[in-house]
Amino acid sequence: MAVNTTETMTINMGPQHPSTHGVLQLILELDGEVVRKATPHIGYLHRGVEKLSEHRTYHQVIPLTDRLDYLAPMSNNLGYVLAVEKLLGITEQIPERAKVIRVLMAELTRLKSHLVWLATHALDIGAMTVFLYCFREREVITDIYERVSGARMTSNYFRVGGLSADLPEGLEQMIREFAESMPAHIDEYEGLLTGNRIWQKRTIGVGTITAEAAIDIGITGPGLRASGVDWDLRRDNPYSGYEDYQFEVPVRTEGDTFARYKVRLDEMRQASRIILQALDKLQPGPILADCPKVVLPPKADVVNTIEGLIHHFKIITEGFKVESGEVYQGIEAPKGELGYYLVSDGSSRPYRMKVRPPSFINLQGLPQMVEGRLLADVIAVIGTLDIVLGEIDR
Amino acid sequence: MSDQAIVDKLKGKFSSEVVDVVEFRGETTITVKKERIVDVCTFMRDQCGFNLLCDLCSVDYLGRSPRFMVVYNLYNITTKERIRLKAPVEEADARIDTVSGVWGTANWMERECWDLMGITFNDHPDPRRILMPADWEGHPLRKDYPVQGPDREPYQGRVS
Repeated sequence: MAVNTTETMTINMGPQHPSTHGVLQLILELDGEVVRKATPHIGYLHRGVEKLSEHRTYHQVIPLTDRLDYLAPMSNNLGYVLAVEKLLGITEQIPERAKVIRVLMAELTRLKSHLVWLATHALDIGAMTVFLYCFREREVITDIYERVSGARMTSNYFRVGGLSADLPEGLEQMIREFAESMPAHIDEYEGLLTGNRIWQKRTIGVGTITAEAAIDIGITGPGLRASGVDWDLRRDNPYSGYEDYQFEVPVRTEGDTFARYKVRLDEMRQASRIILQALDKLQPGPILADCPKVVLPPKADVVNTIEGLIHHFKIITEGFKVESGEVYQGIEAPKGELGYYLVSDGSSRPYRMKVRPPSFINLQGLPQMVEGRLLADVIAVIGTLDIVLGEIDR
Repeated sequence: MSDQAIVDKLKGKFSSEVVDVVEFRGETTITVKKERIVDVCTFMRDQCGFNLLCDLCSVDYLGRSPRFMVVYNLYNITTKERIRLKAPVEEADARIDTVSGVWGTANWMERECWDLMGITFNDHPDPRRILMPADWEGHPLRKDYPVQGPDREPYQGRVS
């Protein structure tokens, strides 16, 4: 006679599973196909960025920040340089052109990050075409990255006090054409997904989280706005001149995977809008602040004058000293609030740098979004959280 | 509410707890004693509206006493204001009460803080390491922990 047993089964997912978006490991306790308990294990990509930064000058930390959220490197650069500028007290001295280019690149980065999110999220749920379309557009942004910074992913483009170089000739036209074509591309993705019944079945009502629960667990960015909280740091605590741009903050109230999908798509439309506004604002002018103690002298001075050479040598070898103090700078990165908490002891290296990575905090919400739901929903929820392990493990 | 009003409100309720108030670059930092940190945080959440704990971390001031400082960066989503709380922690008694009951998000942040800095959080629901392997010895973010790792020759080249 058969005996019914009620034993649960524990399975391991990752860290080499393609739909965990990197090296995330989940221990899942299953009752049939229903997840009873999900325990994330992280740290496989821990490189000790915070420890390393204590042993480098302020400028040498910038390339480390690229490698946090490597799908949105310029957002990480931006958060860090803004924090250092705040610590130095030179926020007001950043030239207009540098601020506009920073916004321009930050919004291109938002598109870049959201394109990878949509591509992989759709691929995980079984829609392969979208993946190919999204990577087609992402390629253009990677080319733009390459032309401004020389690197396709690890940009290291922003500097404390401004930018490492001006935009190359003809790039503005390339960005403009791209930004103008983007809304049509977004409609194209929507045409493949939004009305698709399989997509709807896999996303509507999946991974639902209420606004109160999302705030308690610390979810920020599109994840919070899809739960009905109208909060965007670009509008509410503007930085780098965001107060001068017209854009809407998309908000939805359902709090499920479909709502997060719609919020991010609307954000991509708004990002294209901001890019076009930034291009219209772009006026010729300096790209570095007039702060000789912090920024490098022009190359011509370095090769032609002894003062310029000494100045350059001192900044490269010793860095610049920063007054003792502490600041926190949060920015609206594509994945949520990215914060840098910097403590200075008066030397030329950060005494302590703490990164507040949005993915790390957002991932904390995973167990309560999947427990009691089907195993297949775990894949959808990992996709909708839009995590990057480089940033989680640091 | 201005930062000063928040400080006054906190001082009105916890006058003996507030040790120091510093303003730097437009940001206010309030240092409070660690003994009633949960009460102070609950007050900040319920009475001052700081419903989001943006970040929790710790700083090692090696050579100073108290050695550690636990830092809470708070945010009020309604009024879009920030404020920072700090609580000193002695090296000899490197422990502080958990605030994961006040903000659920503190859970992983405190695990990270224990993992990398070695500060114990009393009554933490899940006191495991989070980034380092479970059998790791030591706490890498402490200032007396070598950057190249333990049991290795010190790095001979330039560190920066």
